[in-house]
Amino acid sequence: MELLQYDFMIRALVASLMVGLTAPMVGIYLVQRRLALIGDGIGHVALTGVALGFLTGTAPVGAALVCAVLGAGAIELIRARGRASADVALAVMFYGGIAGGVVLIGLSADRPANLTAYLFGAITTTSGEDLAVFAALSVAVLAVAVGLAPRLFAVSNDEEFARASGMNVMGLNLLLAALTAATVVISMRVVGLLLISALMILPNAVAQVVATSFRSSLLIAVAVGVGVGLGGTTASYYLNTPSGGTIVLLAIAVFLVATLTTAARRAVHSRRAHDLAEHTHEHGPGCGHPAIEHGDHVDYEHDGHRHAIHGAHYDDH
Amino acid sequence: MVELVHASIGYAERPVVHDVDLRVDRGEVVALVGPNGSGKTTVVRGILGLATVMSGQVRVFGTPLDHLRERWRIGYVPQRHTVVGAIPSTVAEVVASGRLPRKRWFSRMTAADRAAVGEAIELVGLTARQRVPVANLSGGQQRRVLIARALACGPEMLIMDEPTAGVDAENQARLVNTLENLVAQGLTLVVVTHEIAPMRSVLTRAVMMRDGRVEADLPAAAAFGAALTGGSDAHHAHSVPGWLGGLGSTG
Repeated sequence: MELLQYDFMIRALVASLMVGLTAPMVGIYLVQRRLALIGDGIGHVALTGVALGFLTGTAPVGAALVCAVLGAGAIELIRARGRASADVALAVMFYGGIAGGVVLIGLSADRPANLTAYLFGAITTTSGEDLAVFAALSVAVLAVAVGLAPRLFAVSNDEEFARASGMNVMGLNLLLAALTAATVVISMRVVGLLLISALMILPNAVAQVVATSFRSSLLIAVAVGVGVGLGGTTASYYLNTPSGGTIVLLAIAVFLVATLTTAARRAVHSRRAHDLAEHTHEHGPGCGHPAIEHGDHVDYEHDGHRHAIHGAHYDDH
Repeated sequence: MVELVHASIGYAERPVVHDVDLRVDRGEVVALVGPNGSGKTTVVRGILGLATVMSGQVRVFGTPLDHLRERWRIGYVPQRHTVVGAIPSTVAEVVASGRLPRKRWFSRMTAADRAAVGEAIELVGLTARQRVPVANLSGGQQRRVLIARALACGPEMLIMDEPTAGVDAENQARLVNTLENLVAQGLTLVVVTHEIAPMRSVLTRAVMMRDGRVEADLPAAAAFGAALTGGSDAHHAHSVPGWLGGLGSTG
């Protein structure tokens, strides 16, 4: 392949692979808790970090990581207090992140020409050094996200139950915030701070409409994340378009296709089958409906047709 | 197993229940009954550490809850109609999350864990549905998923908040049948409820609450007797809350 002749493209593909792997794995818990936009907020805060890095001459990636982790922790603490003002407090913080970033960059003597690289992503400018930092972060994020998956699932699924079970809910929430912050920093060169949470959310949005379990959702989301990450980066090379926008548009296209095909499939399916939930009882021996042996299973006669259980619904046989 | 001594419990500096004394012993099936706002849910939330104990003492298995390391000994079934997050999850996945109080951080599910999860699902009669997304189940079935989740860690005591509310008669009977099986296995139950009638067959005691205080603490037979005669006997009508009247006919 032509694009693999260039080192910068290889680095770009490796970076997008890391984002494609990590972002959906962290994002799934944000989607589960209906906090899809938190990642964007952390992205705004990270901009202040990038600017601080420029201003002080330190590595923007490191400064962004510190700011993002602190910001994410603060967001979680504000959220946990659950006051009515939490919403506004978060908004103030997000505006503050962008405004602080812009002002700090204005103050720095040598204005970085590549600020847009951080805002909108410029994957091809990823240096070997950046890549090493992203790789270390990715490994850490993956180790925690995979190792603590059952706990993160429990706390995202039912926080009150997790607390009643004696789990360290605050600790897990802060950990998820830190994971989100790390993912934001890994993603910022690839999709940019303004599109930061797209790769955390969109692959999971696809999984949400296609999958039937949390496990399959996670696998589908990661597959979509890696697919659109690599596909978008490749496409941006040939189309000569910005990588971040291309990746995100590709992810949206996948989401639309998944939604439309699922809706079409359901429409066809609903003529032949109906949901278990529509039944006042589960068909079984003694349910009152005539049972008819049918090959390897039993059908139940119901409203003039035969029902056979199939996963979450009955098929007509 | 549970002991409240002069306990005042509430949220954010505001007590909801005042000076409650309550003791639940092993093998008992206790209903906390009362109208909305009487504080019955707050009492169990205090026992579970979800509400703040402002004065007095709450002890679970002889120790203050903060010091109880074996939290798996208490199972909790929250008052909720659904267990559905934004991402689809199966019955087995949700029930497995109830096993975590027995697990260390970063440890994987073992064969024993999976067996316990399977057993809990079987106890509530959802084995055939364990790979089904919870969102596809009926309200009554989802309620049973929550019970299985609480059972997955093998608790000695189960605390349930309004398990029969909003469940149709058929599913209510099924639910009570599940509770009968659990009690037969030696589980202690504390049930918050509006109505004791559906649980007549399992109940050993009824604690009636009103305005954040315990109004009466009666053996089940007396509670049902009071409910039966509440409307006609002047003495009982005074000592037993009026809203209990008429329960006898439905129970």
